[in-house]
Amino acid sequence: MRPTTLTAYRWELRKLLSQKRTYIGIGASALLPVLFVVVMALQKGGPYDAPLGHNLRQTGIVLALVVLTFASRFGAQLVTALVAGDVVATEDSGGTLKMILTRSLTRRQILAGKTLATFTYVLALLAALLSTGLVSGLIAWGFNPVIDLSHVRLSAVHALGLTVGALALFAVPLIAIAAFGIFLSALTHNSAAAIVGTLVYELVQEATAGLVHLSFFKHYLLSDQFDGWHGLFQSPIYWTPVVRALWVSAIFAAVPLAIAFAIFRRRDVAGE
Amino acid sequence: MDEPAELPVEGRGLTKHYGRIAAVDGIDLTVQPRDVYGFLGPNGAGKTTALRMLLGLLRPEAGTVRLFGRDPQHELPEALDGVAGFVETPHFYPYLTGRKNLELLAAFDGGGAARRVAALLDLVELTERADDKVGGYSQGMRQRLGIAASLLRDPKLLILDEPTNGLDPGGIRDMRDLITRLAAEGMTILLSSHLLAEVEELCTRVAIIRSGRIVYEGALAELRASAAPRYRLRATDRDLAHAVCLRSPGLREVALHGEEIVFTAEEHAVAALSRSLVEAGLGIVALVPETATLESLFFELTESAGEPVTAAA
Repeated sequence: MRPTTLTAYRWELRKLLSQKRTYIGIGASALLPVLFVVVMALQKGGPYDAPLGHNLRQTGIVLALVVLTFASRFGAQLVTALVAGDVVATEDSGGTLKMILTRSLTRRQILAGKTLATFTYVLALLAALLSTGLVSGLIAWGFNPVIDLSHVRLSAVHALGLTVGALALFAVPLIAIAAFGIFLSALTHNSAAAIVGTLVYELVQEATAGLVHLSFFKHYLLSDQFDGWHGLFQSPIYWTPVVRALWVSAIFAAVPLAIAFAIFRRRDVAGE
Repeated sequence: MDEPAELPVEGRGLTKHYGRIAAVDGIDLTVQPRDVYGFLGPNGAGKTTALRMLLGLLRPEAGTVRLFGRDPQHELPEALDGVAGFVETPHFYPYLTGRKNLELLAAFDGGGAARRVAALLDLVELTERADDKVGGYSQGMRQRLGIAASLLRDPKLLILDEPTNGLDPGGIRDMRDLITRLAAEGMTILLSSHLLAEVEELCTRVAIIRSGRIVYEGALAELRASAAPRYRLRATDRDLAHAVCLRSPGLREVALHGEEIVFTAEEHAVAALSRSLVEAGLGIVALVPETATLESLFFELTESAGEPVTAAA
């Protein structure tokens, strides 16, 4: 029986699980909420300038979202760039690409396996953040109702559901960042160039959003989609940014991925 | 009536440039079933580029490749069914063990490859180190793991690029024994090398490549037979013998090499020379035919047309 994309995906996950840096990224993601709780314990009041920040000290449910706003937004993008930018290029420079391309999988299946594994890693990063965010937040401040961005009181269970949904929505633009990293990895054959290029891409998006005064244009940049989850914490839910985050991110993911697959399918594998 | 078997390798007019340099320039390769085919050439002659094209890793700018009748440029991965091998040093994931690396490749091969992992580790004598990470392996161990990785596919055609690179003398002997054994079992082997002794020992047919062009393709025996017969002569008086040689009909390229005189000639001219030497009162100490070595033929073919132009490997 011929191997399938699932075979490639399973082994890509096993490869990720065999590397220390995988655990460093996920460990850092898991550690951030704990550190945040410690810092909060050492200071009085706040945080006031983060969406939902006013809830901390009353409830621990939304800690992961506040941490994302404060510390992990760029951190999550950085770790994503490190993994996505490396995923093809490291096999090029390590010479292992030649080994796997002369087996019984198509190039499309191999790249699909790598892409799915990278996306899985992105989800694992956010799952780690959510898990320790919930545990440390609940220990510190309890499982209590949340005041949303429209100043409406939400039950703890309702807020928990929205928090999980918000993290899932945050994952979508992050996956688009990963897609761009995979594209650069396939294009450049060079891990450092692909990682730095992905980070520059993120920074350019952020900078452009800061420069653009026309809010119409800003809302269709990838950087803006990381805030799409704010719509979930409005009463009633404001679906426009939520839906926009989904389709804008999908376009930002699909275009580089389509180019990456086209490049990878036809490119020469020449060097070590 | 049986259909004729498809050729394991049939390359026609393969061409690839790196910038303005022709790495491979219109080469033809034909490997017959059960050949142990030596692909011989100096470093940078284009051997590795040609092998990469055979395995579908590089796209030729011109020309076609068929492996058992299938085109690796357009019919992957099916065109590699029954084909295995490696180009340059085999590379593995350093953070996985030798066994895990083989299990990964076996999963990528499908079929019954996974069931062969243990036996192949045993065959290449890596069972004891199978659960160590490949990052700690020597180059020789990686080379042996590369052979095991290739044999996972149970190939009919094995393509090996410099397979004894990095091996110690014992490892080289074992590798050559293994290749001989696989060939005896009916496997077709295409072996690139710049080691003449290796090709001479293992191969039945050769292609010699120089600056991206094939300068000879055929049986080793025919290559040797194509060389003019060469002789070495030692006589009791070197200078007088030299003078006799110079005026003997049918002798060519007469030259002094220390106490010896070397020349090329057909057998009947050599017989006439021996009579002339005796008539001149000379004693013949030695008159020895020299079989052309692969080395001498190789240098003749790869260096005779001036300085070779270095092309990318």
